[in-house]
Amino acid sequence: MALKSSACVLRLNTLRRAARLLSTHTRPETVQNGKTADFPGAKAPYVNEIKFLNENSYDPIPIYRVLDNNGEVIDNREEPNIDKETLVKMYKNMVQLNQMDKILYESQRQGRISFYMTNYGEEGIHMGSAAALAPQDLVFAQYRELGVLLYRGLTVTDIVNQCFGNCEDAGQGRQMPVHYTSKPYNLVTISSPLATQMPQAVGAAYAFKRTPNNDRVVICYFGEGAASEGDAHAAFNFAATLDCPVILLCRNNGYAISTPSREQYRGDGIAARGPALGINTLRVDGTDTLAVYNAVAQARQLTLTENKPVLIEAMSYRVGHHSTSDDSTAYRSVEEIEKWTKDENPVQKFKLYLERKGLWDADSDKSQQKEARDIVVKTMQEAEKKKRPHWREMLEDVYCEMPPRIQKQMQQMEDHLKKYNEHYPLNQHQSD
Amino acid sequence: MALKSSPVVFGLLARLSRRSFSTSKALASKPVTVRDALNQAIDEEMEKDERVFVMGEEVAQYDGAYKVTRGLWKKYGDKRVIDTPITEIGFAGIAVGAAFGGLRPICEFMTFNFSMQAIDHIINSAAKTYYMSGGQIPVPIVFRGPNGAASGVGAQHSQCFGAWYSHCPGLKVVMPFSSEDHKGLMKASIRVNDPVVFLEDEILYGIPFPMSDEALSPDFVLPIGKAKVEREGKHITVVCAGRATDTALQAANELAGNGIECEVINLRSLRPLDFDAIARSVAKTHHLVTVEQGWPQSGIGAEICARVMESSTFFELDAPAWRVTGADVPMPYASSLEVLALPRPKDVTAAVAAVLGNKISEAASQ
Ligand SMILES: Cc1ncc(C[n+]2csc(CCOP(=O)(O)OP(=O)(O)O)c2C)c(N)n1
Ligand SMILES: [Mg+2]
Repeated sequence: MALKSSACVLRLNTLRRAARLLSTHTRPETVQNGKTADFPGAKAPYVNEIKFLNENSYDPIPIYRVLDNNGEVIDNREEPNIDKETLVKMYKNMVQLNQMDKILYESQRQGRISFYMTNYGEEGIHMGSAAALAPQDLVFAQYRELGVLLYRGLTVTDIVNQCFGNCEDAGQGRQMPVHYTSKPYNLVTISSPLATQMPQAVGAAYAFKRTPNNDRVVICYFGEGAASEGDAHAAFNFAATLDCPVILLCRNNGYAISTPSREQYRGDGIAARGPALGINTLRVDGTDTLAVYNAVAQARQLTLTENKPVLIEAMSYRVGHHSTSDDSTAYRSVEEIEKWTKDENPVQKFKLYLERKGLWDADSDKSQQKEARDIVVKTMQEAEKKKRPHWREMLEDVYCEMPPRIQKQMQQMEDHLKKYNEHYPLNQHQSD
Repeated sequence: MALKSSPVVFGLLARLSRRSFSTSKALASKPVTVRDALNQAIDEEMEKDERVFVMGEEVAQYDGAYKVTRGLWKKYGDKRVIDTPITEIGFAGIAVGAAFGGLRPICEFMTFNFSMQAIDHIINSAAKTYYMSGGQIPVPIVFRGPNGAASGVGAQHSQCFGAWYSHCPGLKVVMPFSSEDHKGLMKASIRVNDPVVFLEDEILYGIPFPMSDEALSPDFVLPIGKAKVEREGKHITVVCAGRATDTALQAANELAGNGIECEVINLRSLRPLDFDAIARSVAKTHHLVTVEQGWPQSGIGAEICARVMESSTFFELDAPAWRVTGADVPMPYASSLEVLALPRPKDVTAAVAAVLGNKISEAASQ
């Protein structure tokens, strides 16, 4: 966001040329009248001429990328050094993600689950960011980040169990599908009201910062629509003023349900807000897995070593409908969708890259697709057969310590069931 | 389910079926869904008054998340049907400011659950500015949207805000039941100079209710603060509002088969609360049960019981009053539990039986 006229962007030496982060610490080259004001609220040069600044005063924030549409590395110095196993793991997880989306979406249509949201178009953001994080990092997600969870180790079984709300769901069947939770994989429970995860992520990062020898960062995913909520501004401002180790990663997929981003905000997207609030900021091509990887890897390094937040705006396109309750053809054209499924398909680009490196071919793809599909189908069949949570779950977890009144009800229910168990479908529920 | 006499039961109960909705015996000229009745009301008022406009998430081209504003954007355009960025606190504030500036906004929350993000504007600004400005600045806004539990949307999307908002002086709080209620009260809410919280129900949107010719006319307005006796009866008064009215009417139907005549009072508005209507009815029936979907503590039923205690109506009671409410838990996602966490007709019939049999203490001790 360098001022077109004079200011220049300070390059952080920890960062490589192309992946430079934007910083607000611009140094005016010429100080008019040789005088710089020293107000508590602003240290800036004086000028003698009125000039309003607007979005056209700045160049658009550039979009960092590594791969072209054919999966070829554009500048070899930017190719990340990721080992072969990891690259293949990233791709396999993309395949798995696509198959889960396809089958779980269908299963909602068949009435087997009540709700679902797909991730098409954002696979690159998921795998690129997840691979650059450490397992101990804490993830705050919005809802459209299933790939991140898969990469971190949640199994197809964990995910399907959540969607079916059976007794093996970590959330005990208490939330709608896609509201995952995983303590072991450091995923904070997904919450429906938008953007609430953002200041909470900053709060968690603040807690980490206070831990001696902290080796954890927080990553917070959010949509460009959610970024309109007041919580988003609060999160940016606190992340900066509290100097927190947090990566705020915006998935700008162009839509919030039916609202296109051009109606969601004016100005240069979400990234433009970062430097304004004193946050190191980078905009990246979210359909380019390697670019996202580089961005998040460097952001992680920076935020961990310097306790400075980083804002990343990953540009992409929401290829699928918003959710199973939406039909997006009502507000966008099929041609528009096609453009993003064909030319800018993140999975395709990454696959071409792997093929060029000799790590992948059509045969392995075919068998991987089949394997990924089969495991989802099989897991779903199993999930449907699994029991529902124990009846006791109905009375648990409203408070950490069960109030006496509820304890009494629990006992009554226990006694009642001893006498009348044949009237209840207890065999459908998990038992002691 | 404050009624502890009906132990929490597992087992799938038939889902709220559309056909099971009891409709009033109004001169059935034409069945109109609640959604269409709301749409009609808003359309008519927009036509009548240039200052009225609608704003909210997805209300324009998309016709609203629940299609209540269908066709209005086509008819009135961007100037009067405004899609907002996703910020409830933002557009609630914009609505308040627009009202300060002389317009009459209708502010749609995709669901009232999201109004919590905006609650400061509603309570601290909309409800209090007329007072704080020494009566100079009225704030004519309708905050509307679906309230309470829908079906299968879990703890964060299934709460009733009736008691929350009706707690606050400066607000009017409306909770309609039938299509007629929705139409007449929406029009009144748009016309009134105070801020109104208009609590709809997603399940009711698709329900057709017969509407009289009078109700279909553009002049039809209902007074805010007047309850409606949905069914007359002499044995017990059942007070309810919104979708709980359906639960009460179903129970009343069933009880009538056993010779028990319930007087079902549809409050229509929670603030002002038509206590006179309740008092009149209790003076006749001497028994009282309240039905609501919200949680029991500090709820609507609690308010009604307190007003009974504080008035001579207390002496009319032959037995303690009883509340039937939503269960005192975050809403379970599991459909089998969800139906049990909301008042069912059978909870109402059990409550009525307990009150009429003066068996409250017995029921409560269980
Ligand atoms: C506070 C709040 N308001 C409204 C909603 C309804 N809602 C759910 S998702 C969504 C769109 C969010 O869009 P975006 O943040 O861009 O994420 P995307 O769906 O594109 O991934 C909306 C409006 C909500 N969940 N919470
Ligand atoms: Mg979006």
